[in-house]
Amino acid sequence: MAGLTGLTLAGARAGLAAGDFTSEELTRAHLDALEETRPLNAFIAETPDHALEMARASDARRAGGQTGLLEGLPIAVKDLFCTEGVQTTAGSRILGGFAPPYESTVTANLWAEGAVMLGKTNMDEFAMGSSNMTSHYGRVENPWRAAGSNQALAPGGSSGGSAAAVAARAAPAATGTDTGGSIRQPAAFCGIVGMKPTYGRCSRWGIVAFASSLDQAGPIARTVRDSAILLRAMAGHDPKDSTSVPAPVPDYEAALTGDIRGLRIGIPAEYRLDGTPEAIAALWERGIDWLKAAGAEIVDIGLPHTKYALPAYYIVAPAEASSNLARYDGVRFGLREAGDDADLTEMYEATRGAGFGAEVRRRILIGAYVLSAGYYDAYYIKAQRVRSLIAQDFADAFGRVDAILTPTTPTAAFPLGEKMDDPIAMYLNDVFTVPASMAGLPAISVPAGLDGDGLPLGLHLIANAFKEETLFRVAGVLEAAAGFTARPGPAARA
Amino acid sequence: MALDSDTVRRIAHLARVRVPEAELEPLAGELSNILTWVEQLGEVDTDDVPPMTSAVAVRLPMREDRVDDGGKAEAILSNAPEGAPGFFAVPKVIE
Repeated sequence: MAGLTGLTLAGARAGLAAGDFTSEELTRAHLDALEETRPLNAFIAETPDHALEMARASDARRAGGQTGLLEGLPIAVKDLFCTEGVQTTAGSRILGGFAPPYESTVTANLWAEGAVMLGKTNMDEFAMGSSNMTSHYGRVENPWRAAGSNQALAPGGSSGGSAAAVAARAAPAATGTDTGGSIRQPAAFCGIVGMKPTYGRCSRWGIVAFASSLDQAGPIARTVRDSAILLRAMAGHDPKDSTSVPAPVPDYEAALTGDIRGLRIGIPAEYRLDGTPEAIAALWERGIDWLKAAGAEIVDIGLPHTKYALPAYYIVAPAEASSNLARYDGVRFGLREAGDDADLTEMYEATRGAGFGAEVRRRILIGAYVLSAGYYDAYYIKAQRVRSLIAQDFADAFGRVDAILTPTTPTAAFPLGEKMDDPIAMYLNDVFTVPASMAGLPAISVPAGLDGDGLPLGLHLIANAFKEETLFRVAGVLEAAAGFTARPGPAARA
Repeated sequence: MALDSDTVRRIAHLARVRVPEAELEPLAGELSNILTWVEQLGEVDTDDVPPMTSAVAVRLPMREDRVDDGGKAEAILSNAPEGAPGFFAVPKVIE
């Protein structure tokens, strides 16, 4: 059926409830779109048989009067979530052929609410990257092009496959994970909404671990409302993740009142960086005006340790990664490389040498170095002290304001392949998203405008821990004021 | 901090990642650049600041220490690249 792939989650939910179409029809439409958008390489695995089976089961449940929060809605899943019996690669060669014998808690929550899995989306290897260039399964293309150009652009990363699939209407929504910006930066690059909840809001159980004190699952969708719908189903306490928070999950959709009168919005001076493109600075100013016009009070704030968040992150995250990735040993799952005469250590070294890509290897080595004897205090403990200061900056700010508004990224989408020979230039993509990650705070990127080349730009909101409702409320107002309707493809370039 | 090839070789061995000899030198350069960049943290006075130990201020839950899962040897072994029934297999470690 035509038109079904243009629907939001909320729209599809209403259509299913009204009996305008079935989940099987909705799912087939998206499976067709998956095929049409294959050149983007947004999926590592399409699971059409699985999807149709789930869709038919959903239609049967609906006929029997049973409906979950996501009943019959097709969702794409980042290939970092373990899915029972369906290959889960984390974008890495080292997990080739791995079919988990269990289901991640977040995806299990989705299926329990009636959702349908379309497939597993491509991503930077082990979620380490901001371009989707580091996937063993090939780069992902952003469906957007700059005006007058046919050069392929990066979708951002690491959840680049999820973002590209949702922007290209191959999926109405997708799961992502965000360690330092891996949901919000690709959402900004692809002109859609990406939301990272408070650390602890979603269970990390069954998500391939990158940096355990930072990793958090979240929704990728085309509207703020859809993000609220998806997060409600994803979130919740899980005894299998001791850092998951035993707090009830609110109805986030109910928070979208459209009324932010009297809320105080902080504007941090430290996010005004030299060299920020004029279009991004101007969009930020427009965002401030929109919120002011909606009745919010704008407050200038300081987050003095902002500039140290990124270097501290590039100690903490690689340190945790080097520890987490020690499990890939060629013994229990995935790749094994060894000559006939190899001893155990040689087998480990050969397997890990062949199985990890360049960026993952770089981070494992940085992590091993900063944790090694004699350097632990100077690097790792120092970074964790700086992290305390970053969290304190936010705690001070949230004594005065309800939310903070910043740009999401320092640039629009860049050409695929750029910045690959300069790791630090690549890391700087996350300069505006990493501080909230370091403090464990919820944050969202909302598409808010186009730059001079017709490429989407996002605005970024940060709220205090577990204030997702405030975040959605302000984001909904920002979205309505921005009125972002541009779409990738010829229509967007017209 | 500038790392030399020998240090990279030592770290790579600690991390059990084989790095081809020809890649040690360029990798040393890349890692040195990253370490030099993160060393700007030295500008921050952290003398009286405790290191962060938890992203969100919650107490870790306690639970009874009892077995509540198990009997899944077959499922656990199903992804092993090499194995014998009921076992993971590794290269010989004892002569």
